[in-house]
Amino acid sequence: MPKDLLGQQDNTILSCKNGGHTTKNALPDEALVTLVTKIVLEHLQASQPMPVSPSYRPTEVVIGVGPAFGTGAAATINGLPHSQVISEIKAGIEEEGMDIRIVKVFKSSDVAVIGKEAANLSGSGIGIGIQSKGTTIIHQTDLQVLSNIELFPQAPLLTLSHYRQIGKNAAKYAKGESVTPIATQNDPMIRAAYQVKAAIMHIKETEKADRNKETIDWGLV
Amino acid sequence: MSKSKRFQILNNRPVNRDGFIAEWPEAGFIAMHSPYDPKPSIKVVDGTITEIDGITRENFDFIDRFIADYTINASLVHFMDIPSVEIARKLTDINIARKEIIEIVSGITPAKITEVMNHLNVVEMMMAMQKMRARSIPATQAHITNVKDDPVQIAADSAEGALRGFAEEETTVGVARYAPLNAIALLIGSQVGRPGVLTQCAVEEATELVLGIRGFTTYAETMSVYGTEPVFVDGDDTPYSKAFLASAYASRGLKTRFTSGTGSEALMGAAQSKSMLYLEARCLYVAKGAGSQGIQNGSVSCIGITASVPSGIRAVLAENLIAATLDLEVASSNDQSFSHSDMRRTARTMLQFLPGTDFIFSGYAGEPNYDNLFAGSNFDAEDYDDYNILQRDMMVDGGLRPVSEDEVIRVRQEAGRAVQAVFRYLNLAEITDAQVEAVTYAHGSKDTLARDAAADIAAAESLMRRGLTGLDIVKALSETGYEHIAERVLNMLKQRINGDYMQTSAILDEDYKVVSAISAPNDYQGPGTGYRVGGQRWDEIKNIANVIDREGI
Repeated sequence: MPKDLLGQQDNTILSCKNGGHTTKNALPDEALVTLVTKIVLEHLQASQPMPVSPSYRPTEVVIGVGPAFGTGAAATINGLPHSQVISEIKAGIEEEGMDIRIVKVFKSSDVAVIGKEAANLSGSGIGIGIQSKGTTIIHQTDLQVLSNIELFPQAPLLTLSHYRQIGKNAAKYAKGESVTPIATQNDPMIRAAYQVKAAIMHIKETEKADRNKETIDWGLV
Repeated sequence: MSKSKRFQILNNRPVNRDGFIAEWPEAGFIAMHSPYDPKPSIKVVDGTITEIDGITRENFDFIDRFIADYTINASLVHFMDIPSVEIARKLTDINIARKEIIEIVSGITPAKITEVMNHLNVVEMMMAMQKMRARSIPATQAHITNVKDDPVQIAADSAEGALRGFAEEETTVGVARYAPLNAIALLIGSQVGRPGVLTQCAVEEATELVLGIRGFTTYAETMSVYGTEPVFVDGDDTPYSKAFLASAYASRGLKTRFTSGTGSEALMGAAQSKSMLYLEARCLYVAKGAGSQGIQNGSVSCIGITASVPSGIRAVLAENLIAATLDLEVASSNDQSFSHSDMRRTARTMLQFLPGTDFIFSGYAGEPNYDNLFAGSNFDAEDYDDYNILQRDMMVDGGLRPVSEDEVIRVRQEAGRAVQAVFRYLNLAEITDAQVEAVTYAHGSKDTLARDAAADIAAAESLMRRGLTGLDIVKALSETGYEHIAERVLNMLKQRINGDYMQTSAILDEDYKVVSAISAPNDYQGPGTGYRVGGQRWDEIKNIANVIDREGI
């Protein structure tokens, strides 16, 4: 279910809880039950996070998402729904026949730290880090945190097909193949157009960050 | 959609595609004065600073502690008693010498210098900058990058840039693993264009240090410092670790400067409700305390944030000026695009161009902006003629000069061939004649041939694994018929032995002679003093290609 739709329905539930009776966006009962179940499950999972441990599966690529990804925010800076972004990355990894694990990183909102954490947890040593604004990195466990295998710093230029390609390349690195990096995207006016919005999204992500909070399994998207 | 045709036109102007935001001090979106900024204060007990700007020693964060112990001169804190407006007046007073200001500022706190800046308008700041710049002759720096990370294009663009007058050239990479290959392409290309040009490769700090130690670069710049503790901590850093890194470069005789800039703390969500300028003042005090000879500042990559708030562009000049008053070399940014408006981006640059700074740009794009991997500079290769004419119009030395097409083609080609020869000799990736030819006549990477990125990366890795150094580059050039370029690269490596270019604000002339705040100090004190454009340099600036031939009319 697209997250923006979920957000809309969230409000419906909120107004019911507050005693407001609305017939305007009312949902069929069945859909409402499904939705409530999903939300309750999510809350349960959120309140009982499973701290993750490193794996030794060499066939695995770990995707690490930022503290606000899919929870504080629902879409990247250029409006790609987080759920679709994850689906594309997963599809790219699957196409290369590799396994996927998704974790949520809380200790930092920095894309390099998120990516390095994912790589450290990954059995292959390859991880993908992604912030809620969409900035993405392919990282490797034996690199310095501020280095990387491939970095995609200009999130407004990234499309769903880029995310699929990122998944694919990460999987190829995990297999030890010689990989041609994805062509660098560059728009020299991006700062003028997007930096303020990027700052606001990053401030929101940083508010959700907590240095002492452990990374959790985040299987459901 | 506006009803008024006038407003339709205005709404579609490029400037209205820029991002603006109202002041929001709680999140640090405020340029020079936040209601949450501290009041200036200082206390010294038995020679130890026990309070800075309302914070007592037991409550110091590591930035306060570092500044108290290493930056502020505890024996000069009586200068805190001079009213801020008086210090501001001294800055603009031609009868007060630069060194008097330097002494005063070495005894005052970040909040105090921020208060001083708040008394100055931009014209006053420019007057002050003209006096406070460390080196008498301004210079400028180029960015040399392309989206393909093509080392042949790096070599050609750096040769052209050097010919055009850049004293320093900086590269970076889209794919991190390309770094060593492009660092050596830049080193070789720059020396083809003009002997003595300094080069750097901005990448992750440990890699950058290794490139420097190997002799693939001749200076470093991207040692970033921040104005609040959380942002430092996010990068696993402290002021102490940055000072240690600077010492590592110094131990190998390499020139370095730090980097900071307004807006970074707001962008990273950790501004602690302080103004951008106050936080930047803290950064500059850290750079000074760490013993850096200089700083790259002026918002730098966060210019989209600083420029979005009222008085933001004024704050950028103020932060350059604070750096100069701390006796630091100032590479004053202008290196990042921030506006769709040609008018607005030019106006922003005039604030450093007119008074002159040590490096007016710390990255003028020596390629079309679509190839600039710092996400676009404020000026690019398509602005070369505009820039030369601005120098001519105003009789200002902006560090560049007009060049002829023939010279440019010659150095681009020679740089491409030299890099081709070195790559072959060292058994790195293959460069074809067709690639050199394409790059020679290219404007940007849209005009060049594709390279095998996977093979280039393998070559870069082998370059590092085999333990090659700058001396191997010299040898390769010498053995392949490029003896004169070999000698130039060797002369650049020699700088690290004598170390003179580690002095404040050092650049090298074409005879490798150091021009710095020591050998050419800024002695400006009003009309009739200081560096003025004249003689040969003025002839060079005047000599643009596009002049009417009066005999032909």
